Amino acid sequence: MSRLHVVSGKGGTGKTTVAAALALALAEEGRRSLLVEVEGRQGIAQLFETEALPYEERKIAVAPGGGEVFALAIDAERALLDYLQMFYKLGGAGRALKKLGAIDFATTIAPGLRDVLLTGKACEAVRRKRKDGRPVYDHVVMDAPPTGRITRFLNVNDEVAGLARIGPIHNQAQAVMRVLKSPETAVHLVTLLEEMPVQETVDGVAELRAAGLPVGGIFINMVRPEILDEEALARAGGTERAAVAGALSRAGVGGARRGGRAERLVGPLLEQAGEHVERVRLESAQRKEIAGLGLPSRELELLSGGADLAGLYRLAKDIRKQGIPEAAA
Amino acid sequence: MTLDAAPRLDVDRLLDDPGTRIIVCCGAGGVGKTTTAAALGVRAAERGRKTVVLTIDPARRLAQSMGIASLDNVPRRVEGILAGGRPDGDEPDGDRSAGDGSAGEAPDGEGPDGDRTDEDGTGRGGSAGGRDRDRRPGGELHAMMLDMKRTFDEIVVAHADAERARAILENPFYQSLSAGFAGTQEYMAMEKLGQLRARDEWDLIIVDTPPSRSALDFLDAPKRLGSFLDGKFIRVLMAPAKVGGRAGMKFLNAGMSVMTGTLSKLMGGQLLRDVQTFVAAMDTMFGGFRTRADATYRLLQAPGTAFLVVAAPERDALREAAYFVERLAAEDMPLAGLVLNRVHGSGAAGLSAERALGAAETLESENLENARIVDQGDGETASRAAESLGDGAPAGDSPAAGGGPDEAAPREDEDESAGNRPDSSGNGQDGPHGQDGPARRATADRLAAGLLRLHAERMQVLGREQHNRDRFTALHPEVPVAEVSALPGDVHDLAGLRAIGERLAADGSTPGAA
Ligand SMILES: Nc1ncnc2c1ncn2[C@@H]1O[C@H](COP(=O)(O)OP(=O)(O)OP(=O)(O)O)[C@@H](O)[C@H]1O
Ligand SMILES: Nc1ncnc2c1ncn2[C@@H]1O[C@H](COP(=O)(O)OP(=O)(O)OP(=O)(O)O)[C@@H](O)[C@H]1O
Ligand SMILES: [Mg+2]
Ligand SMILES: [Mg+2]
Repeated sequence: MSRLHVVSGKGGTGKTTVAAALALALAEEGRRSLLVEVEGRQGIAQLFETEALPYEERKIAVAPGGGEVFALAIDAERALLDYLQMFYKLGGAGRALKKLGAIDFATTIAPGLRDVLLTGKACEAVRRKRKDGRPVYDHVVMDAPPTGRITRFLNVNDEVAGLARIGPIHNQAQAVMRVLKSPETAVHLVTLLEEMPVQETVDGVAELRAAGLPVGGIFINMVRPEILDEEALARAGGTERAAVAGALSRAGVGGARRGGRAERLVGPLLEQAGEHVERVRLESAQRKEIAGLGLPSRELELLSGGADLAGLYRLAKDIRKQGIPEAAA
Repeated sequence: MTLDAAPRLDVDRLLDDPGTRIIVCCGAGGVGKTTTAAALGVRAAERGRKTVVLTIDPARRLAQSMGIASLDNVPRRVEGILAGGRPDGDEPDGDRSAGDGSAGEAPDGEGPDGDRTDEDGTGRGGSAGGRDRDRRPGGELHAMMLDMKRTFDEIVVAHADAERARAILENPFYQSLSAGFAGTQEYMAMEKLGQLRARDEWDLIIVDTPPSRSALDFLDAPKRLGSFLDGKFIRVLMAPAKVGGRAGMKFLNAGMSVMTGTLSKLMGGQLLRDVQTFVAAMDTMFGGFRTRADATYRLLQAPGTAFLVVAAPERDALREAAYFVERLAAEDMPLAGLVLNRVHGSGAAGLSAERALGAAETLESENLENARIVDQGDGETASRAAESLGDGAPAGDSPAAGGGPDEAAPREDEDESAGNRPDSSGNGQDGPHGQDGPARRATADRLAAGLLRLHAERMQVLGREQHNRDRFTALHPEVPVAEVSALPGDVHDLAGLRAIGERLAADGSTPGAA
């Protein structure tokens, strides 16, 4: 069973939302999950309508059945300072370095270093044990960088290999890699049923696979209901316009006669239906692309009120119902 | 409606003005910056300007159809641009041979440049009819796709001798900086813009901006990179004595040795040497990195530059657009207007979501009933519902529920009583289907119910978009707006770009209503 769920996807497709819903879904029935973000954007705090998260794990939600969701915003600079502190007992010198811009410099000039620190912290949370030997968190869910960067981000070993061939960073990278490439991890991608996000998803899956990272499932987000199918619209062709006008009239929107209100509505309504059908057709082409990946996929509805807290619980329930995707062994 | 309060953005005037030399398309991620930039490019070229579009990360199919799919980091002539004066209806989309963009080719027409500017302002009647009239000879479109790493490499090669250049290009820190530093793409886009401008080969440069989540990144990132490379710590690494010459010296040296020791312990031996090689190389090469960034930044404040903020009519995108508008003002950067992309419209905006849903439910429940008691009258239901309806104007009365009695109502009533009797006659009244049985009628009911539900959904979208738009307009009533309706599919060829261009320039602000 996957314990570290990494959620990526094209920008704006709903990574943060899906990661949060997944953390809620995983926390049901008395379990405990940790939701982490790594890009310093406070997206989780915004979503849960709480104040900015400090660099510290804190409870942000209760799942149905008594489970708990904790959250943490991982900060690379802080992580590096902690790390230096742990290994070298830097004391005030660490702060001096920070002031000088050295920490910033180091994490900027070596993005791989930054990534090791971020993924390292998440992996540490996965492995952390309570006194009785059971894990502190049943699951850790990461709101990860977008598809375009996810493989580099997770493939820390390769990224730091050129920079650090020995030393603790090197060792840390290797330890992180062991977790990330194990079946304990599942990398999920969020997409919409649109051409660009799907293309990015397909490319992203190929990259992840090439890097030997375990791909979990595809979350198809913001799915709109299909109200009219192609067949129904075909039936709506010219000869039935009058019948449609009659039906509209029976429904009470006006007269069915020529020039009557119902009759005048037929044209615009059929035009909208035509657009709808074209969209449905494009979407089904995208669904096919996704199906071609041979991965479990889950569909999440477009919430008409936007993804607020109530919506989040709805999505979580839906994920539970459809099942939590695992990485293929 | 409320949007009428916002002035309309006259895109054609902007494109035609010879004083417009640079147009920058900014906005939050995924809103349509690249599409807008490319569509403006096509339109400007077809209106007679020699245009180059700098795109960033275009969708693959779009890049292919523009002939810029290969990354060689220089502009390529785009084929299939239509010069002016073609006969109407001649739409050889895409396959007109290239190289014929020269002005002489056009058979007749308004001649190069000249007195067109007037007719633009005075509402051109139809949108489609005006197409060919809008075209003028002499235009060309060139396009390119930014390769940020290559742009960076080119700077290195141009500013260092061969040996030093090689050392830099091979340095692992340079490699990770040029490929991955957040902001490199933005900086390189600016760098490329500066280069294109310096070549002075084009009347008009249209710049797309990188896919970042915040439009502000485009303005901030180059400074970030500039100040990073020019930064305190790099100075320290380079010449500790220079910075800390006075009292700070001792402290800095202490800091340095901790840093040096720590870094080499952390990351292994060769690291520090690499850092120093890198920094030394960058330092001599880009002594004035910040100066450079500043120069490009100033280009964005120049009078010939116009910013277009692109946004979808969604809450986040418009909030982002509002921030950006404020920021441009603070930076003295000229804002031309807001492009509101992927706006939805309806030809039946007079029928509100609530009424459409109610009507759909009526039909559905009747359908159920009919399944049981075929041939049971329904005229009652229909006229009851009709009573609560006003015959709304084609657009504009949407939320006013339970519409009052207006002059159309009696006619509707008449219509109902005449037309809606049980089944077969109900249909027969209006068409040749009099003999069709209840099954046929049930089909029509189901279809109509579907159409109504679909319409209700569309009206809900419209309502949300309107609300978001109104919020923006309330904050920034002075910002001119151009609306582009949502096409059902993606935009990935010249015909699609042309269609977007027409929508950008059209005066109608209710897309789809026509
Ligand atoms: N299922 C949904 N229904 C409706 N709105 C949604 C849904 N999922 C996400 N959203 C909305 O879409 C927007 C983008 O979602 P979110 O912030 O989760 O995306 P993201 O991929 O994390 O974005 P970024 O790349 O900026 O981090 C938000 O406004 C969110 O509320
Ligand atoms: N008016 C429109 N109607 C329909 N589809 C559109 C419209 N405008 C843009 N699109 C489509 O939306 C998608 C995103 O557009 P585009 O690539 O231009 O956005 P962008 O702002 O450049 O995105 P990014 O931030 O990722 O660079 C594309 O697939 C494009 O074809
Ligand atoms: Mg996010
Ligand atoms: Mg783009």
